[in-house]
Amino acid sequence: MSLGNIVKKEVKELITPGIIISMLVMALIFVMMGQMIGGIEEGIRQKPVIGLIVNDNGELSDVAEKILYDNATIVYNGTDVDEGLDVIEEEGGLALLIIHSNFTSNIYNNKSGEIEIHWIMRGVGLADAISPTAVEWLIYLVNNSISEYIIDHNTTINSSVTLNPISRNETTIVKGIETKNLSPSQIGGMISAQTLMTPIIMMMVILMTGGMVLSSMGMEKENKTLETLLTLPISRGSIVAGKIIGSAVVGLVMAGIYMSGFVYYMNAIQGRSNINLEDYGLALGPLDYILVGISVFMAIMAGLALCMLLGTFVKNFKSAQTLTFPVTALAMIPMFITMFMDFDTSPMSIQVILFIIPFSHPMMAQRALIFDNYLLVLAGIVYSAIFAFITISIAVWIFKSDKLLVGRIKTDEKKKFGKLFR
Amino acid sequence: MVALEVTNLVKTYGPLRAVNNISFTVRESEIFGLIGPNGAGKTTALRIISTLLKITSGTAQVFGFDVASQPKEIRKIISYLPEDAGAYRNLTGREYLKFIATFFKRRKNIDKIIKKGIEIADLKERINDKVETYSKGMARRLLIARALMIEPQLAILDEPTSGLDVINAQEIRGLIKQFAKSTEKDTAVLLSSHNMLEVEFLCDRIALINDGEIVETGRPAQLMKKYKANNIEEVFVKVVR
Repeated sequence: MSLGNIVKKEVKELITPGIIISMLVMALIFVMMGQMIGGIEEGIRQKPVIGLIVNDNGELSDVAEKILYDNATIVYNGTDVDEGLDVIEEEGGLALLIIHSNFTSNIYNNKSGEIEIHWIMRGVGLADAISPTAVEWLIYLVNNSISEYIIDHNTTINSSVTLNPISRNETTIVKGIETKNLSPSQIGGMISAQTLMTPIIMMMVILMTGGMVLSSMGMEKENKTLETLLTLPISRGSIVAGKIIGSAVVGLVMAGIYMSGFVYYMNAIQGRSNINLEDYGLALGPLDYILVGISVFMAIMAGLALCMLLGTFVKNFKSAQTLTFPVTALAMIPMFITMFMDFDTSPMSIQVILFIIPFSHPMMAQRALIFDNYLLVLAGIVYSAIFAFITISIAVWIFKSDKLLVGRIKTDEKKKFGKLFR
Repeated sequence: MVALEVTNLVKTYGPLRAVNNISFTVRESEIFGLIGPNGAGKTTALRIISTLLKITSGTAQVFGFDVASQPKEIRKIISYLPEDAGAYRNLTGREYLKFIATFFKRRKNIDKIIKKGIEIADLKERINDKVETYSKGMARRLLIARALMIEPQLAILDEPTSGLDVINAQEIRGLIKQFAKSTEKDTAVLLSSHNMLEVEFLCDRIALINDGEIVETGRPAQLMKKYKANNIEEVFVKVVR
């Protein structure tokens, strides 16, 4: 029974309210991710919304048109490209397909029939890259149906064109920027590759620097060095600021080192790819990099301020470890969301969650600046600064009060309330 | 001049009355002891005087500065040593003394403060070793040195010999006594202890504190005589009963 006694003691020590909350938060993250992915799958199962311009009167374009009508929701069928794009934009459609006048004749002359696709890409998250696959599937169906038609009618078209009668000419309009000869998956892939590491790096920096502040407070309280510090001729504000700035310097060095590795990684990716996003105006300029840097700095400051505030409640080194869990959750939620979703295409609830968590802003900044969304980045910087200022002010207020050393004294009523959770 | 004047001091935490209407005075060049069992309110009283805790009611003045309204002035002239305090483990003893001395550089030459600290700590070449390698006695010597090297006008020492063996405890007591009697300008020491025998050796005057209240004040010899006791421990028992 002595083994059981030790196990009971260990479990009792390890299962703390902090651990339970962190487990619940992690479960919540997975539920949210499941719902997000479920929503995307649901979207794929529905018929894709497209527009259609058919300038060809031939029998093969009729085959294509029939397949498209059977498998998609056509919200525009006319002759004007700009009008078609406007309608699709309004209806939340994915693409405008144009079948040119020489479509059928070209195929019968052993040339491929061209379908011009104008993609409307509203976001560049991994989730946004999934929706166009429904249209890709339509094109595949059209290609197969025309092949079958050619084979069924014993035409004399060569085998190569018979098997692949369709060629594509793509233009993607991504958040208002027109990119010729690039598909949404190519753009999404390149931008994701460039921006995917930032959330991970930010999460690592926040966790490590935040952990440092919390551990430092835990050690100060455990060794009673904090009591000594508080009786020295230095203001409480300077103690809080000193701790935050010290950790921020380490955090920035850390971020700098990680970013250097990331630049090397990016160069390797760019080197292998024959697509240069800079040619399409989808790259960051010097001002953008400065803004990303400011956003990173403000998020680190906000994170450290939050950890300093949490640190005032720390009793010792062990409780400091427990209090890193809320920070972990706050760093992981935006990391997962920004990896999968684009702020612009996220539901309002997700946008609110992303905005109020200050760590989200540098995670989103790079992507936002690629598309010149300066408002989001600047608003994020201002919000993070206000968040840090308010949090530091509360921490300084606690430093000036008795709460820092004696914590909260439980009254009888609070004790009774607390017992409900034991 | 009066070094410390505490008048009707009260500290409550919700319904708990940790310090209940205590009054006492510490004079210059005096070692004054707050003596009582664990949980009597000694540490709370010392923390209030050290500007760490807020006063519920009453007043405390250190060399004429009010604890509630002039904490910044008080922090310049006091030195507080908490019970079981530690030092930053990654620093060497010398670095730790330098770190503390830096806060007082406006008042004195920083090298002079550090030199004095090294002298009081008397850790020989071990002063250059990291604090994490120190024994409990060595760490306590370093902390006493930290508290006294700045020559505070009021040194507030909470259980200065707590947890130390007989030899180390005696050495620390010697350092405190030497400090109180040998500094150029007038200083005072306020200490707490639940070791009632050590205060006979160390303190000029004592206040016996129990359940947050001061139950008796006086010179150890006077109190022993008054209560016909052989030591302060017996005095305390007789007073409390």
